[in-house]
Amino acid sequence: MRSFFHRQGKFQPVSADDERADQQIPDDLWVKCPDCKELLYSKELRRNARVCPRCDHHFRLRARERVFLLADDGSFIEWDTELRPEDPLDFVDGGGPYTDKLRRTRTKSGETEALVTGRATVGGHPVGLAVCDFDFLGASMGSVFGEKLARAAERCTKGGMPLLTVSASGGARMHEGIFSLMQMAKTVAALARLGRAGVPHLALLTDPCYGGVTASYATVADVVLAEPKALIGFAGPRVIEQITKQKLPEGFQTAEFLLEHGMVDLIVTRPALRATLCSLLGHYAGARAHRDLAPSDRDGADDRGAPSSDPDLGHLVAAAAGVAAGYGANGSVAEPLPVPTVAVGWAADGPGR
Amino acid sequence: MSSSRADVTTASPTPSRPTGPISAWDRVKLARNPARPHTLDYLAELARDFVELHGDRSFGDDPALVGGLAQVGGRTVLVLGHQKGTNTKENIARNFGMVRPEGYRKAERLLRHAGKFGLPVVTFIDTPGAEPGIGSEERGQGTAIAESLLTMADLGVPIVAAVVGEGGSGGALAIGVADRILMLENAVYAVASPEACAAILWKDATKAPEAAETMRITAAELARFGIVDEVIPEPVPAHERPRETILAVGAAITAHLDALDARYPPADPATPDRLRADRYAKFRRIGTWRESVRRERGLPVELAAI
Ligand SMILES: [Zn+2]
Repeated sequence: MRSFFHRQGKFQPVSADDERADQQIPDDLWVKCPDCKELLYSKELRRNARVCPRCDHHFRLRARERVFLLADDGSFIEWDTELRPEDPLDFVDGGGPYTDKLRRTRTKSGETEALVTGRATVGGHPVGLAVCDFDFLGASMGSVFGEKLARAAERCTKGGMPLLTVSASGGARMHEGIFSLMQMAKTVAALARLGRAGVPHLALLTDPCYGGVTASYATVADVVLAEPKALIGFAGPRVIEQITKQKLPEGFQTAEFLLEHGMVDLIVTRPALRATLCSLLGHYAGARAHRDLAPSDRDGADDRGAPSSDPDLGHLVAAAAGVAAGYGANGSVAEPLPVPTVAVGWAADGPGR
Repeated sequence: MSSSRADVTTASPTPSRPTGPISAWDRVKLARNPARPHTLDYLAELARDFVELHGDRSFGDDPALVGGLAQVGGRTVLVLGHQKGTNTKENIARNFGMVRPEGYRKAERLLRHAGKFGLPVVTFIDTPGAEPGIGSEERGQGTAIAESLLTMADLGVPIVAAVVGEGGSGGALAIGVADRILMLENAVYAVASPEACAAILWKDATKAPEAAETMRITAAELARFGIVDEVIPEPVPAHERPRETILAVGAAITAHLDALDARYPPADPATPDRLRADRYAKFRRIGTWRESVRRERGLPVELAAI
């Protein structure tokens, strides 16, 4: 995996196969920026959301670092913490049994799987979060990853709560063979239902994002965001180089390359991410509130329960007012939107928690 | 892993016919045999009135994935399939069955077409994988596959997929999100090619035969896992008796289309939603995991044991 992504020495090598236990031990007091080669004080780097203060290089984030940066303080409640991977194929490769690899990875990474899911609020907006941890076997998608994502999507579907996925992955987990491949279908099928319910899926692609993840849930989103210079693609650059015997163009498979080719909506720097998400979530919440409060729809309002008793609904009503004002100011009339099939407010949650 | 059909080798062996128990690697070689029937061979024999529909309406037409309308088993269906060539010239024209984004976008367009007109879908899976290339990346290979998966998952008409040769990774699955998944006995279906898996996990591509064994890619194993619904026997490898194989696959497809029609009556307005729900349930349960119950206090049982 390591050589697969390591390219021109420009990007951080994959740490999944790295034998060092913890990135934050004392000898890591200083970190060299792989882009500008500046020696950075690691504490300061962490304080700066792991963005190089000199050249804006975005270092990779662990899943929980990402959750910490995204979620409102103390709002994150994790889902499905007790799911553990199995070894359905009795897989043994050159490096030994898969079960041993899982045990080592678990100890080293401190995670039990490659995807962390849960609910949180972002700027007051409830969202479901699904975040990859690249330090867990390159955040490869196996059965547990797929199951957690499917459950997260189901909770969001049921609760009418937007889903935010943050992806960084080498793709499918080969150790789980066909089961891994089928997670592509399973996760996308769960998102198809989310889409049918009219609930938004926002995706953030981060470095690196490849293979079965790029070719499944991560890119079938209503909005696809990417971090600057993140490498995103289907086939790995080395594979393409070997097979085509062609020199890869400058900037190949970077977020900027994808933006230029129309594959992502927006590149967002880490410091601007929360604000961008809040704007997007505000738009969907506003549109939804507008639909729910539209005069033509009032007859059915009672069926949705009394919204005023819900403490989370304050912002929703406020957003609705904002939207109404916005329409007026622009002098435009909103098209009547289809009534969503899920008749629950943003604040509701699915089963579990 | 053992072969379920030791009798396969009783006839006189040919260079492409392994002797003794058939290993996973032998099946990979059989599945890749260029003389094995490909999608258009199936259509020539099984389909009446096949009208090929080309192009993705935005960039181009990909000859590595063919599709169109045809009568199969007495009904009009939409057919889709990867298309390999039988010789080098054909293979170059067909890009060895490696599909580019425009191929998946054509598939996606035709799937929506099937949904619009209530046509059942039949797909033939036979590809080494989606094409890795500069142009394919520029045109969003990942997104193209993902969107095909999404459209298949959300389609309100019955879908039958037959893995007839190589089921190579996401590029195969892109037309494989089906209500019934059939597989020829000597076909393979895998998350990655054994060579790629060996190169990454063994750091040695020559370990492909070992990888093929470990990855569990044969029809018998995938049926045991509940991923494949029916294994279509190949008493003789498909390339030796192509017509026999084609007819066997045709009979299986027709039987499953009939069964799906009976179960999901086309005239019933509830059918599209029932198909979606049941297809979701089918893929939803694929996977293996365990889930421990959290203790009332302290660490979960699972973590405490470490
Ligand atoms: Zn820097």
